[in-house]
Amino acid sequence: MANSVEIKNLDLSFGSIEVLKDLNLDIAEGEFLVLLGSSGCGKSTLLNCIAGLLEVTDGQIFIKGKNVTWAEPSDRGIGMVFQSYALYPQMTVKGNLSFGLKNAKVPKAEIEERVARAAEILQIEPLLSRKPSALSGGQRQRVAIGRALVRDVEVLLFDEPPSNLDAKLRLYLRVEIKRLHQQLKNTMIYVTHDQIEAMTLADRIAIMRDGKIMQLGSPAEIYDFPMNKYVADFIGSPSMNFSQGEIKDNCFTVGDHKIPLKNYSAKTKLNEGQSVWIGIRPEHVVVSEAIEKADYKSTVTADIVEPMGADTLVWTEFAGQPFRIRLDGKFPIASGQELPIGINASTVSLFDLQSEERL
Amino acid sequence: MTDASVSTLKGPSGPKPRRVFSSTNIMIYGTLLVVCLYYLLPLYVMIVTSLKGMPEIRMGNIFSPPVEVTYEPWVKAWAEACTGINCDGLSRGFWNSVWILVPSVFLSIAIASVNGYALANWKFKGSEVFFTILIFGAFIPYQVMIYPIVILLRESGDGITNIIRLFDSDASKFRLMGSVWGLVIVHTIFGMPILTLLFRNYFTSVPEELFKAARVDGAGFWGIYFQIMLPMSLPIFVVAMILQVTGIWNDFLFGVIYTKPDTYPMTVQLNNIVNSVQGVKEYNVNMAATLLTGLVPLVIYFASGKLFVRGIAAGAVKG
Repeated sequence: MANSVEIKNLDLSFGSIEVLKDLNLDIAEGEFLVLLGSSGCGKSTLLNCIAGLLEVTDGQIFIKGKNVTWAEPSDRGIGMVFQSYALYPQMTVKGNLSFGLKNAKVPKAEIEERVARAAEILQIEPLLSRKPSALSGGQRQRVAIGRALVRDVEVLLFDEPPSNLDAKLRLYLRVEIKRLHQQLKNTMIYVTHDQIEAMTLADRIAIMRDGKIMQLGSPAEIYDFPMNKYVADFIGSPSMNFSQGEIKDNCFTVGDHKIPLKNYSAKTKLNEGQSVWIGIRPEHVVVSEAIEKADYKSTVTADIVEPMGADTLVWTEFAGQPFRIRLDGKFPIASGQELPIGINASTVSLFDLQSEERL
Repeated sequence: MTDASVSTLKGPSGPKPRRVFSSTNIMIYGTLLVVCLYYLLPLYVMIVTSLKGMPEIRMGNIFSPPVEVTYEPWVKAWAEACTGINCDGLSRGFWNSVWILVPSVFLSIAIASVNGYALANWKFKGSEVFFTILIFGAFIPYQVMIYPIVILLRESGDGITNIIRLFDSDASKFRLMGSVWGLVIVHTIFGMPILTLLFRNYFTSVPEELFKAARVDGAGFWGIYFQIMLPMSLPIFVVAMILQVTGIWNDFLFGVIYTKPDTYPMTVQLNNIVNSVQGVKEYNVNMAATLLTGLVPLVIYFASGKLFVRGIAAGAVKG
C-alpha cells in the first residue's frame, strides 16, 4: 500500500527546547495510527506539525506523495478534530460544516450536497439548524468530525478527546470513531494518552517519549514484545512487574529464584552474568492447574486484595520487590493467604540493565 | 426510631434565620447611605440651582428647592450663551464634540481590535516586545507629548497640502492642527495602548483551538477576524466603546490645544462659558450648561452599567 503520510527527519524546537528530534514516520493509506505517550512527549506537537499549525524547524512532511512542509493547513488535504471540538459558537451546525467549503469557494450546490452527505454519515441531519451550545457532548464530536469530513480529505487528525468527559461517554465516542474508520477507510491519526483507547482503535501504535518514537507496531506487538523498558512499563494496566537480576546457566536469577529461559525467544544472545531487568505482566502470572506446566513455580503471600469485578488484583512480594498479580474475579483469595504461582518464560520480557533495550 | 426523628425535628433545620437589623447590616447600609448622600448632594444642588431664576439664587439658600421653576437657564445654556463672539450657546460645542467623537471612537476601536487580535493570535517575531512598548505608552504622562504633537500635526498638515497642490495648484491650505481631524487622530493614537491591551487580553481568552480550526478551514487573517472573532466578542466592543465615548467626550486638554474656537468641543466651550470674567455670573446657566455637557457620559453609564461591569470582568479573567 502507498504511504499516505510520510514524515522525514522532522525537528521542532521552541527556542532552545527540542520538542521533536529527527523523527521519521510512514503511515500507510487507510491506516489508523495512534500516537500514544504521556503529556509533554510531543505527540500533540507532531499532530500540529502534520496539520501545518506549527512551523517545523527542520525536516519534511509529505501527504499523499506531495511535499506539504510549507503548505497552509487548508491546502494539505487534512481535516482535524480538536480536543475541545472548537465548534464556532455563533454558527449553526450547518454553518460550522460549510465554513471551510465557503472559504474554498466551492459552488453552493456542491456545499449543500457535501454537507448533506456528511450529515447522513454521522446521523446529524436533525441537528443542522442548531447552535453548538444546544448539542450534547457526543453530538458535538460528530459535528466536529463532520467539519473534517465535508472537506473530502485524505487524512483525518484527531487531537486527544477531553479527558474530563465521563467514562461512559468516552467509551461510546471510541466506538463511534472505530465504526467511522471501518466505514470511511480514511487514513486517521489519533493522539491520546489513554492506552486502552490506543489499543482498541489502532492498526499501529507509535509510543512517543521526549520527542522520539520509542516503538511503532501493532497493539499486539507492543503488548507482547515491548522493545524497551519504557514501553513495557507504559502499556498495560496495572503495569508490568519489574525485577532486577542476572543471567546464570540460561536462567534469570534473583536471590533464590531461578527462572529457566529455554522458552524465551531472545533477540540477541544472552550473556552469562549479564545484569538484566525482567518484566512480568500481572495477568501473565499463572495460578491453579496451569502451574504444573509452568517454567517456574513459587509461592507468594497475598498482601492486599483488590476485587475489581471481572478481575481481582493481588499485591504481593516477589524477590523482595512489590509484585502484582491479576486473577480472575472468581478466584478465591483473601489477604494473608498463601498463593502458589507459576511463571512462563515465553510471556516475560528481558531488558538490558543499562540500555533498557529488549534482549 | 421515633425518638431519633423527634430529636432531629427539634434541632436546626432548613435555612439559617438571619436578622435584618443586625449590627453588621446597620453599619454597612448606614455607611453606604452616608457615602451616597455625600456624592449626590452636589448633583442635587446643581439641578436645583439650574431651575432657579437669578433673583432667587442671590437669596443664598442653595439647598432649598426652587420656588418658581424656570427652564430659561437651560435654554440659554444650550442656545444663547456667549463665548467670545459666538452667541449660539453650547449647541455648537455639542455638535463639534459629536463630530470628534464618532470618528475617533470608530477608528480607535477598529484599529485597536485588529491590533489586539494580531498580537493575541498571529504572534510574529518581536510581537511581545512590540506589545510591551505599546503598553509602555499607557504609563507616559501625555502632557509630555503635547508640544511634539503640535509640531507633528502642523508639519503633516503642510505635507498633505503640498501633495494636494501637486494635483490642484489653487487648493487652499489643508490643516490638521486646529481641525477636527487633527483631534480625531490624536484621540485615536492615545486610545491605542489601553484598548489594545483590552482587546488582546480578550482575544487571548478565546480558545486557541477555535483559531486553529478556522485556519484548517482555510480562513485567512481577515476571514478569522470578521467571521469568528468579531461575532464572539461583542461584549468587549461595548466596553471599549463606553471607555472611549466617556474618555473622549470628557477630554478637555487635547480639545483646547488642538482645535480652534470654531471647532472647540463641548467641554472647552463649557469652560469658556463658566469661566468668562465679564458680566454677571449666571450660576443657573452655568449649572445647566455643566449638566448638559455631562449628560452624554451619564446616559452611557446608566444605559450600559451592567454590560460595562460584565465586559470589564470578562476581560480580566485571563491574560
